[in-house]
Amino acid sequence: MNRILATAAGEFRIAFRNRWVSIATGMMVLFALVLAAAGSAPTGDVGVDRLSVTVASLTSLAVYLVPLLALLMSFDAVAGEVERGTLPLLLTYPVSRLQILLGKLLAHLAILGLAVTLGYGAAALAAVWFDPGATAGLGALWRLIWSSVLLGATFLGTGYALSALARRPSGAAGLAIALWLVAVVLYDLALLALIVTDRGGAFTTQALPVALLANPADAFRVFNLSAAQAVSAAGGLGGAAGTIPLWQSSASLLLWPLAAIALAAAAFRKVTP
Amino acid sequence: MTPTLTISRLTKRFQAVEALKSVSLALEPGRRAALLGHNGAGKSTMMKIVLGLIPFDSGEVSVCGMAPGSPAARTQVAYLPENVAFHPALTGEEQLRHYLALRGESPRLATELLARVGLGHAARRRIGTYSKGMRQRVGLAQTLIGRPRLLVLDEPTSGLDPVSRRDFYDLLDGLAAEGTAILLSSHVLTEVEARTDRILILSGGELVAEGTLADLRTRAALPVGLSVRPAPGHAPALAAMFPEGVQGEDGLLRLGCSQPEKLPLLARIAALGSAVADLDVIPPSLEDIYSHFSRRDGQ
Repeated sequence: MNRILATAAGEFRIAFRNRWVSIATGMMVLFALVLAAAGSAPTGDVGVDRLSVTVASLTSLAVYLVPLLALLMSFDAVAGEVERGTLPLLLTYPVSRLQILLGKLLAHLAILGLAVTLGYGAAALAAVWFDPGATAGLGALWRLIWSSVLLGATFLGTGYALSALARRPSGAAGLAIALWLVAVVLYDLALLALIVTDRGGAFTTQALPVALLANPADAFRVFNLSAAQAVSAAGGLGGAAGTIPLWQSSASLLLWPLAAIALAAAAFRKVTP
Repeated sequence: MTPTLTISRLTKRFQAVEALKSVSLALEPGRRAALLGHNGAGKSTMMKIVLGLIPFDSGEVSVCGMAPGSPAARTQVAYLPENVAFHPALTGEEQLRHYLALRGESPRLATELLARVGLGHAARRRIGTYSKGMRQRVGLAQTLIGRPRLLVLDEPTSGLDPVSRRDFYDLLDGLAAEGTAILLSSHVLTEVEARTDRILILSGGELVAEGTLADLRTRAALPVGLSVRPAPGHAPALAAMFPEGVQGEDGLLRLGCSQPEKLPLLARIAALGSAVADLDVIPPSLEDIYSHFSRRDGQ
């Protein structure tokens, strides 16, 4: 455990020096405030408090931004050590490869946690400022924060796996961007296209819930929207959230990080320095 | 004494290339062995196998009685890679604190370790601003963490100035006196000559020679060189007396002979009296011995 903490402390310091902490936090705060400002107009007659609506908007933001930040922080994790030539020495120390990965994960999760807390917190402050009754939505905000961290863990783990597979930072960066495009953007577009062509047939009722649960980003969106019962406030694929039980989306949110870390550990084990 | 490192019939292949062919050696506690060889002779491969970084095809390797690279073996072994690198954003002190923590030692020792390698003044500067020699010294400092029983050093003195090299070998002498076995590779043959107990020469993946420098010198039986400066006006006479010699443009007459012929030849030259102005005996250098052994197998 001490070795994991020592690795995490070193990684956090490096991320801080490389300005990753300020970049991540700044990005989240900026986007959250823009959303809070843009989303403040049409809320009056929805019948829920202002913070819950903000959380629904933040969910749509987090689906894109959290995986992106996670992949940007993680693609260099193994490939960077290989390229700098720091890996052989590190691997002669009495620390296991899993401990190295968990140390990096801990540091990156801390940064991500800090960024989303400050970002969402800023939006929440703005909501409460204009509508004192918005404190009713604090539960939804808290849920959004921890589920964002879990979503981040999934993409951090996948980023480490890509980093170990590519072994060069440039290749790993390309793979990370490709993964983000496919998992976060194209996947949903494909599902939408299928729903449109299916016209409420077997795909929409049978396969769609499974397809949403199979993608960690969609599971995250479904979980937050259905938990907050804010389905009505969200359009698009979020509308399907009502049909998926909460335990299923939360299970997907919890299992994905474990699968991603296992994948990363397996890929890292294959790297010969 | 039980050897700290035992290698027997170690063989390693990279696809079609045999990087190591049935190499055997044993290194006892407190002994310093130098591994010599051309680039690609298998030195780094052998070191990486000892550290457990890469697998091997056949043979046996035992580090402090344990499998190389096992968690228990890694607590006993310290390594300095060739061209050692660190994260440029960390300071020397932070990097060492991290390594100390990984070995379960107190991070507070970092300052003392840096002072031991002469980096106390730069401890709080980022490694990105360090020169190659300073990075090398951070690398040396991390090998001193804990009490390693085996040190594996790949080209440890590259990038160090002559004074730092001497300090570095003094550090090694101290560790060896405490019982640490040291395996190092180097291209600087003169320092290896003076500061190690044993020389191992690898060539084309084979251990072609092993022993003290005196052993190797006797076994190589290389010719001794003699350089004779004739007294003014005696050069033609001397050249006629030693027709096997080569007359240089600098006026020196160069002769060669085998070890047993050396003293009789010296006696003949000394008998010439005032015809000879000066005489130098040039023993075969470590470079000559090294080339002799590393070329033996068709290289």
